[in-house]
Amino acid sequence: MSTLQQAITIAILAAVTFLTRALPFLIFSREKPTPKYIQYLGSVLPLAVFGMLVVYCLKDVEWMQGVHGIPEVLGILATVLIHVWRRQLFLSIATGTIVYMILIRVILP
Amino acid sequence: MAGYWFLGITYGVLAHSLGFSIWYPLSMALFIFSGSAEFLALGMLCADFNPVSVACMGLVVGARHLFYGITMLDRYKNMGWRKPFLIFGLTDETFAVNYNAKDASPNTMLLVSLLDYLYWITGGLMGYTFGTLLTFDIHGLEFVVTAMFVTIFMDQFLKEKEHRPAWIGIGCTALCLFVFGSKYFILPAMALILVFLTLMRKRMEGGK
Repeated sequence: MSTLQQAITIAILAAVTFLTRALPFLIFSREKPTPKYIQYLGSVLPLAVFGMLVVYCLKDVEWMQGVHGIPEVLGILATVLIHVWRRQLFLSIATGTIVYMILIRVILP
Repeated sequence: MAGYWFLGITYGVLAHSLGFSIWYPLSMALFIFSGSAEFLALGMLCADFNPVSVACMGLVVGARHLFYGITMLDRYKNMGWRKPFLIFGLTDETFAVNYNAKDASPNTMLLVSLLDYLYWITGGLMGYTFGTLLTFDIHGLEFVVTAMFVTIFMDQFLKEKEHRPAWIGIGCTALCLFVFGSKYFILPAMALILVFLTLMRKRMEGGK
C-alpha cells in the first residue's frame, strides 16, 4: 500500500466513524419514535458484530499447520474465563494477551 | 480514565512494533478517535488497499455509535457550539460517563469528552515513545486486539438474555471465512448476519 492509499484508508475510517456518530442527530428527531426495526437491530446487532470481530481477528490463523492455533484458542479461553470470574475489562484484556505471549514462546519450536 | 491510557499505550506500542511512523497512530487518534477502529486499522494498513472493505468495516465497527447517538438525542440537544465536538467524541467511555451523569451541565459533558480525547492521544504517544525504548521482544502483543474484542463480546454476552445473535455473528463469519477465504469474507459475512437477524426478528422479539 502506498502512503497515499494509507492516508485514504485513514480518511475513510475517520469519515465513516464520524458518520456513525452523527447520523442519529441528522435523521432522527426526538418527537418521532425511532423505527421499530432500528430498535430491534440496536438490541441484537452489537453481540453479533463483536462475535464477527472475534472471528475476524482469527482470520489468518493456520489451523492445519504449525501449532494449529492452540495459542489463540487458549488465549481466548483465558480471556473468557477471567472475564466471567472478575468482569473487569482491562484485567481480561491484559490476561489474555499475556497468556498468548507466553504460549507462543513456550509452544513454538 | 485508566482504561484510556491502558489501551492508548498498548495501541502506541503496537503501532511502533508494526513499523509505523508516529504520524500513523497520532493522525488516527486525532481524526478517528475510536479504539476498535484504530486497532483494526493497523491490520488493514498492512494489507492490500481495499477502500470498500475499509468503509464497510468502519460502518460495522461503528454501528454501535448509532445507538449511543439515539440515546443521547435528548441530552445533546441545545448544546450550541459544543454539539459537533460532543458528537465527534461520542466514544464508548464518554457515552458511559455522560449518559450516567444525569445532571451534568453542558460544559461538564464537554469537558468529559475533551479529557477522554486528550487521554487517548497522550496514551498513544506515550505508548509509541515507550515502544522505541523497549529492548525486550514483544511479538504476540497484537493479540491484544483479539483479547479486546473477546472481552467486549463476553461482557455483552453476560449482560444479554438473548444469546442467539452471538452465535449468528460467529457462525456466519466463520462460514464465510471458510467459503470465501480470508481476503474477501468480511462483506458477505456482514450481509449474511443482517439477513439472518432480519429473518429471525419475529422469533427473537417473541422470545422463542
